[in-house]
Amino acid sequence: MSTELTPLWEVFVRARRGLSHTHVGSLHAPDAELALRNARDLYTRRQEGVSIWVVPAGAITASSPDEKDAFFDPAADKVYRHPTFYEVPDGVAHL
Amino acid sequence: MYGNDFAPPEDGPGGGLLGEVEAAEAALREAAARARRAGPAPDEDVEAYFADVIGADQKIEPRDWMPEAYRRTLIRQIAQHAHSEIIGMQPEGNWISRAPSLKRKAILLAKVQDEAGHGLYLYAAAETLGISRDELVDLLLDGRQKYSSIFNYPTLTWADVGAIGWLVDGAAIVNQVPLCRCSYGPYARAMIRVCKEESFHQRQGYEILHTLAHGTPAQKAMAQDALDRWWYPSLAMFGPPDGDSTHSAQSMAWKIKRFSNDDLRQRFVDMCVGQAEVLGLTIPDPDLRWNDERQAYDYTQPDYAELMRVIKGDGPCNRERMTHRRRAHTDGAWVREAAAAYAAKRADRKKEKVAA
Repeated sequence: MSTELTPLWEVFVRARRGLSHTHVGSLHAPDAELALRNARDLYTRRQEGVSIWVVPAGAITASSPDEKDAFFDPAADKVYRHPTFYEVPDGVAHL
Repeated sequence: MYGNDFAPPEDGPGGGLLGEVEAAEAALREAAARARRAGPAPDEDVEAYFADVIGADQKIEPRDWMPEAYRRTLIRQIAQHAHSEIIGMQPEGNWISRAPSLKRKAILLAKVQDEAGHGLYLYAAAETLGISRDELVDLLLDGRQKYSSIFNYPTLTWADVGAIGWLVDGAAIVNQVPLCRCSYGPYARAMIRVCKEESFHQRQGYEILHTLAHGTPAQKAMAQDALDRWWYPSLAMFGPPDGDSTHSAQSMAWKIKRFSNDDLRQRFVDMCVGQAEVLGLTIPDPDLRWNDERQAYDYTQPDYAELMRVIKGDGPCNRERMTHRRRAHTDGAWVREAAAAYAAKRADRKKEKVAA
């Protein structure tokens, strides 16, 4: 028996129209089509979704917790991106 | 709802099992919403950060630093859990072709398919800890990792399918609901999914026994016989008594495990007594009685020497279960090979098309 490791796929399911796809777990399958069919059988046996994405796990590049601070730092000192940064004079409406 | 009402009342909108699972899911979202740094500061000790996350009831995720022993404990526990789901398909699968009606057969098929699904969710959760599913499958087939000893008992009659749903799945739920709050994120999320599906399993089992217990005298006797044989092995599912449990203290500190074996066993007994009364069946324990002082039932402990024997491989069906699993794995090899060959062929054709 000499099968190589069957590729790993990450599965994302859109629960209902109007919601975004959400990661639900992973599975093994030799190709994308089988990954999609397996995902249907594994993650939507009870009508949990209206749409499925499968993505080769190897194709995902993740940020690492170790580099967290440096990686997300640029957002930390830009408080002016939030509306709460601005003072609204008394009596101003619809702003 | 068929019992499981051991949750404190504030613990969930639905009450009972599903309420507890929903409460665990809500707690997970609530903990995630609490503002906190997403990783240790550059000069912070990773161990201190890990302890801090556990202390705050938040989740450890796959790419976080974790103690090697935490990783190993989780791999062992999740793998054993996954193997149990896969081996657990056999005792019930034994009755699919002999289910008493088309309806019962369709339900049993769906249930056994769920068990396969639960095994796969759990293997996927274990893989996030840096071990491959193929390695885990090999560990099972080589006998180097265990599965729950309960599946080494035979299903002799149709009533056993009911007893497995009611007692075995019931005990599993009591064990698993607290795991929805486990400190390791992927395991906790898999358990939430598993527990939501398990409640159907327990109810279908109870319904089978209820139907038999209210049928002919022979059917009722069959139901009683199943309860007689499955009661003590089900109690043994919670593991050795607290004093003899080797992994408990550290797992509790890491919030992998949230309650002791004996606490969970007591919950299970307290839950089953009323359910057995409704069935009109007798739990095979002459010493079972309400203890007003403890506000719990006194009961006879299962035979732990038998539990150890069965775990070590000397149960009624150990060899049969492993032989069947090995054969299924070997007989299925050509399917895996064919699927891989087909995928390779299609990938090559795509390449040729791009080249042309």
